[in-house]
Amino acid sequence: MSDVFPGLLNYWIAIVLMMVGFYIVIAQGNLIKKIVGLNIFQVAVFVFYISMGKVKGGTAPILGEGIDVYSNPLPHFLILTAIVVGVATTSLALALIVRINTSFGTIEEDEILELEHADDAKEETS
Amino acid sequence: MMHQKSVLRVVSKLLIPPILLFALYVQFHGDFGPGGGFQAGVIFAAGFILYALIFGVASARRVIPAAATRALLSLGVLLYAGTGVASMLMGAEFLNYSVLAATPLAGQHLGILLVELGVGMTVTGAMVTIFYTFAAQPGGDELPRNKQNNPDEGAKT
Amino acid sequence: MAVTAVFMLWLRDLVAVIMLSGIYSLFAAMIYVVMDAVDVAFTEAAVGAGVATVLMLGTLALTRQGTEKVHKTISWGPLSLVLVTGAVLIYGTLDMPRYGDPNAPVHSHVAPRYIERSASEVGPPNIVTSVLASYRGYDTLGETAVVFTAAIGVLVILGRRNRRQRKKAKREDAT
Repeated sequence: MSDVFPGLLNYWIAIVLMMVGFYIVIAQGNLIKKIVGLNIFQVAVFVFYISMGKVKGGTAPILGEGIDVYSNPLPHFLILTAIVVGVATTSLALALIVRINTSFGTIEEDEILELEHADDAKEETS
Repeated sequence: MMHQKSVLRVVSKLLIPPILLFALYVQFHGDFGPGGGFQAGVIFAAGFILYALIFGVASARRVIPAAATRALLSLGVLLYAGTGVASMLMGAEFLNYSVLAATPLAGQHLGILLVELGVGMTVTGAMVTIFYTFAAQPGGDELPRNKQNNPDEGAKT
Repeated sequence: MAVTAVFMLWLRDLVAVIMLSGIYSLFAAMIYVVMDAVDVAFTEAAVGAGVATVLMLGTLALTRQGTEKVHKTISWGPLSLVLVTGAVLIYGTLDMPRYGDPNAPVHSHVAPRYIERSASEVGPPNIVTSVLASYRGYDTLGETAVVFTAAIGVLVILGRRNRRQRKKAKREDAT
């Protein structure tokens, strides 16, 4: 147990954060809050990756004299680009939300669905 | 309104030049310390966005017109891909920088510098373009004012 | 960090939620520094706390919704789904290599080559930079293209209608 507890804690933290984000995404109706939830999920995945790249006793992967152990640079590179791509796609989602708001006048999921159903019903009767 | 923001104006006037300078440092010093095109692009864009938030989007548009950010956006990708094509024309694989200069190491260095510059340009262009587009929406031209209004709305409910 | 995330779940005031997401990003950046990923921490601090927060506040200002609608009930369906998924994932971690283990499979394949030979093959002392720009140039090209496409997408979704309105306003000014 002493082997399992501190050694796996980093994964558990990432999983708890991931699940909080997941819950926000599927249970909350507000679209902006859903995006925030997606961001939490995203950062949880980043933390997971970076914690895998850590080597005990290692330093940041910048070459210097007298240093032999470096952390793994590959996850760092992957996450570095993923963060910037993440913010770009987030802004795309936010743009869609603004557009939805101009069309429907609301950013609550259930209200949008109601409006949609009302529209459908109108089309059927006419 | 003007008096409330005078502190912000002075502080941001002091801060923006160091932010932009730091972005350039991060851009070109990325090979030696932490940094590179992605970070530099975001910091540079953050400097401009701060300027636009404090002094208004209209005056920010006078500093860099929206067309310029769009050009920057596409020029960055072009520079990146162009570096790859240039190395291909000089007889190596796509994006193999070793042939760009006399020695492979110098070539690699030049290639990385160009590629990072391309990344930085694209990221700066993308962030500023996105910000301009959001700010140009009807009702969104005065972002700082809306931000100040929000606490009042919260207090009302 | 987890506390910030849970607070974001409970709070209804969207401005506060967005501010907390900025704070959450800063915490994440600190954790990255502890885990030796200085480049990543740099990016996260600039992006998460800076640009993303401003964009979200902008969206909030555009949609003019200060607070979220109040849903009183806890939704049990999603909650149980989340708990089950979390439990399965935690069960899955029991076989994972321990934190900081130098013999983990991640460290045994490509990374040693990057660390040992990037100085002689590429040059820059920052290994992340040489991996990013040289060894994995294709990846980075693709990611730059994604950023480019996202910006173009935002322009397409929000930009065009605006230009038409501007033209209309010009015409109205002229008449």
